Amino acid sequence: MSIREKVKAGLTGKTIDWHQHSVRRIYILIKPADIKEVAKILFKDLGLRFATASGQDTPAGLEILYHFSFDQSGEIFSVRVLIEDKKNPEIDSIATLFSGAEWIEREMWELLGIKFIGHPNLKHLLLIDDWPEGDFPLRHKHES
Amino acid sequence: MSHKVIIPIGPYHPLQEEPEFFRLYVEGEKVVDIDIVIGYMHRGIEELSEHKHFDQVAFLVERICGICSNSHPFAYVNAVEDLAKILVPERALYIRTIIAELERLHSHLLWLGLAGHFIGYNTVWMWAWKYREPVLDCFELITGNRNHYAMMKIGGVRRDIKDEDIPILKKTLDELVPALNLFKGAVMDDPIIQARLKGVGVLTKKQALDFCVVGPTARASGLDLDVRRDDPYGVYDKVNWNVIVEKEGDIFAKTVVRILEMYESVSIIRQCLEKMPKGEIDANIKEIPPGEGIGRVEAPRGECFHYVRSDGTNRPIRHKIRAPSFMNVVSNKVAAVGGTISDAAITLAAVDPCYCCTERTTVIRKPDDKKIMNGWDLIKLSQEKTDRLKQEMRCPKAK
Repeated sequence: MSIREKVKAGLTGKTIDWHQHSVRRIYILIKPADIKEVAKILFKDLGLRFATASGQDTPAGLEILYHFSFDQSGEIFSVRVLIEDKKNPEIDSIATLFSGAEWIEREMWELLGIKFIGHPNLKHLLLIDDWPEGDFPLRHKHES
Repeated sequence: MSHKVIIPIGPYHPLQEEPEFFRLYVEGEKVVDIDIVIGYMHRGIEELSEHKHFDQVAFLVERICGICSNSHPFAYVNAVEDLAKILVPERALYIRTIIAELERLHSHLLWLGLAGHFIGYNTVWMWAWKYREPVLDCFELITGNRNHYAMMKIGGVRRDIKDEDIPILKKTLDELVPALNLFKGAVMDDPIIQARLKGVGVLTKKQALDFCVVGPTARASGLDLDVRRDDPYGVYDKVNWNVIVEKEGDIFAKTVVRILEMYESVSIIRQCLEKMPKGEIDANIKEIPPGEGIGRVEAPRGECFHYVRSDGTNRPIRHKIRAPSFMNVVSNKVAAVGGTISDAAITLAAVDPCYCCTERTTVIRKPDDKKIMNGWDLIKLSQEKTDRLKQEMRCPKAK
């Protein structure tokens, strides 16, 4: 059973959309509420490595892509969530599952204003500590 | 906080080449906790990238880091080529691989020198930097620049390698191998270095997995991962080479991985120079379609990850950059804790940290914000301070 089939089977019921962009690049859309469980399945059960996450401000909401890499086959499974509530965006922290997600969640929190529920240490990483509250550099201007 | 004594390292400290701040909490000689504070090099490059057209971004991301300045544009072009499904001419792939491996050579030599310097073995420092110089000369020969080579381009490379330059490249590599043998002997077989570095700053395999570390830091802890083999780009799947993995996770293992990797780099470049076909070096890409793409490169410090999204215009609407040090530096939380203060310096340096990479991105969006200064403001501030100090010393005021 290839890793692709294992991921597909593991995320049954949680996958809203499965898109294979190229040979080793797969994008999976899930609900924001499922992220912690999905991260647990991919990281703990299937042994994928967390590469990074990329947050983005889109017209439909704040989107996060969690990139998980399976190094034995070189595939990247990018798990996409869309947080529609831009006023008060929240999602479960996956830094509680493994330490590798701690810094990137702090970065997305300060640059995009997404609150990661349960994060052990949600404070500024790149910006100065007295950075104006509510000013998120990577939010697009038309939003404010 | 129950810990009484804090030893601050940084943000400006002779130990580190870049500003970053480590707060060591110590009990006696033992480090019991550590705070890592970064952000001093944040330049807003991800945001800037959204305001440049696709061709300019390659130059922009080249300036993220002065040492692995080829890795970021390489990962970026890989991402755009994944997005647009571009086929790159084979000769260009060979040239990209040669540049990437030359970069690994000079970067590992630079680290080896610094590591020697940090443990007081300055001979290694001087040797390593001496033998690094011919590698930089090769870059100057091929690209015209010792740094920021500007070779990567979406769909190819900007300059060809001339036939008359190949013998010079080969000669430099031939001369580098005895130097690598020298380092292998001076570092790997030296009982004093072994006594100093073995068992120090250990990152176990379990911790390495938990922190998702990459590159030599991961490979020294027994994680067999290397993007060049796992998710091949360039021509890494067309040449023979080995991934170097050590199990111990200490600084000695990290040193061994880097030294042995240099031999592999020499071998890869030699094979590329032999196999490189004649032909085009550029696919002449004019437009980037809407879509998203991920590009990865095994930089000297580990996996460099770029995500690019396009909406069909001539600029990316999102460009996420994750440098290897972003994953590696945070692992110091376990590697340095438990050791002594005197081990902290080399432990913090052992991941070969690159803070420029880690922090990338000054977001100058508010010209009225008094906190943001440009270069001239800083120069003025510095001049005013000098004037003030001179006055205090009762010297005549300089004009």
